[in-house]
Amino acid sequence: MESYKVYVEVTVKFSTDGVMMPVEFIWEDGTKYIIDKVKSKERCASRKAGGTGIMYTVLVDGKECHLYYEFDKWFMERKSA
Amino acid sequence: MEKVVLHSDANCFYASVEMLYHPEYVGKPLAVGGDPEARHGIVLTANYIAKRSGVKTGMALWQAKQVCPDLIFVPPRMDLYLKFSSMLREIYSEYTNQIEPYGCDEAWLDVTDSSLLKGNGRKIAEEINRRVKKELGITVSIGISWNKIFAKLGSDYKKPDGITEFNRTNYRELIWKLPVSDLLYVGRSTNRTLQKYGIRTIGELARTDPNFLERQLGKMGLVIFSFANGWDDSPVTAESYHAPIKSIGNSTTTPRDLECDQDVQIILMALTESVAARLRKHGFKCNEVSISIRDNDLYHFSRQKKIQEPTDITDEIMKAAYQLFKENYHWSRPIRSLGIRADDLVMGTVPVQLDLFMNEQRREKQEKLDRAVDEIRRRFGYHSVQRAFMYQDKVLSSLDAQKSHTVHPVGYFNGR
Repeated sequence: MESYKVYVEVTVKFSTDGVMMPVEFIWEDGTKYIIDKVKSKERCASRKAGGTGIMYTVLVDGKECHLYYEFDKWFMERKSA
Repeated sequence: MEKVVLHSDANCFYASVEMLYHPEYVGKPLAVGGDPEARHGIVLTANYIAKRSGVKTGMALWQAKQVCPDLIFVPPRMDLYLKFSSMLREIYSEYTNQIEPYGCDEAWLDVTDSSLLKGNGRKIAEEINRRVKKELGITVSIGISWNKIFAKLGSDYKKPDGITEFNRTNYRELIWKLPVSDLLYVGRSTNRTLQKYGIRTIGELARTDPNFLERQLGKMGLVIFSFANGWDDSPVTAESYHAPIKSIGNSTTTPRDLECDQDVQIILMALTESVAARLRKHGFKCNEVSISIRDNDLYHFSRQKKIQEPTDITDEIMKAAYQLFKENYHWSRPIRSLGIRADDLVMGTVPVQLDLFMNEQRREKQEKLDRAVDEIRRRFGYHSVQRAFMYQDKVLSSLDAQKSHTVHPVGYFNGR
């Protein structure tokens, strides 16, 4: 069984006052996804993937998904393992 | 207004963090334990499933495997747990600035002044409980009361993930039924004494004549008597991890069981060298030395003694530690782990009353010698210079105590 936790490569943008926002990420199959909008950020644990981090709820192609910033890495949840 | 104190306790802290990071082990018994190869093989924390099969903290790995054959072991990741510990504190700090950590998984919070903004004790407790679950993926049990002692009993009352409030109307009915050993500072030997006089519950303790308790247990008799009655007004002292150092200690589980005085001398020397070097590094001297001993049956005790003059000299601390050992251990069993601690610290620059019968010249020489050794080790590594007698057993003396990891328990009274 594969893990539900997928570490992804993320490009982020820092604003002049130091706020970090993800701009795009690359899924494990190499596809690049552009983030249209960050809807919210809050600390949240992911029981499915196993871990905790700052969860960014983002819109990609009109679909909502979650990116977790875990100390110094980014992960996402796989739909099914 | 009466104080509102919360005590928050992260349930099976290390194990809960590991459960979060290993979703594949859901529903399975899990224990966080040391490296079996290096013989530091004891259970640090077990999850509830493992605990139900009889796995207990402090068990050797093989013992735990015996009572629970399916037990999954994961090695400890202290840095991760400390990150969780500070994330917990971050949540607490949104409700009060008066937070007193007790170890890395427990803390007292004085929320008396937060009620206008955040609601009463129960509301805050519920909010913290819910947030920790959602944000960190672990659970906390919280006790609410008007004093720290009862708040702590409350966090123990319903586990995991419970909230218990002890107020003036229900404490007699609830707390007084609890066994007296649940009370903070009623350890094994105090409990034995109390049992001898038929004092089994906290209520029975609360109704005992305090003079009798003082005669039997000394000053601590009065302290636990007050605790049992809820007369504890010690403040929740906001204290960060950078609190002034009160003691410096080191302990180790040895690579093999210690069986004779020479073994003990070697390990004590390695530990003393580490402790004394750290005293010197921070510019402290100690007035008291204590040792702790755990035999291979995991029976544990500690003893301390005052020393004549404040010191940071390795040989003097070693002498005191070894003397303590000789006075208090009679080799009923081999020893599994040893610890030494320098207590009652003062600044190294403290004026000292010279003693006619102590050779101050010699002490000065020893101080210089220690400094020279510290400098050599700083530049060329710990093992670059060794005492000759350490070479009598290279396995034991291979210990570089200063480098190995240590975690210190904190006292309730904070030196008050």
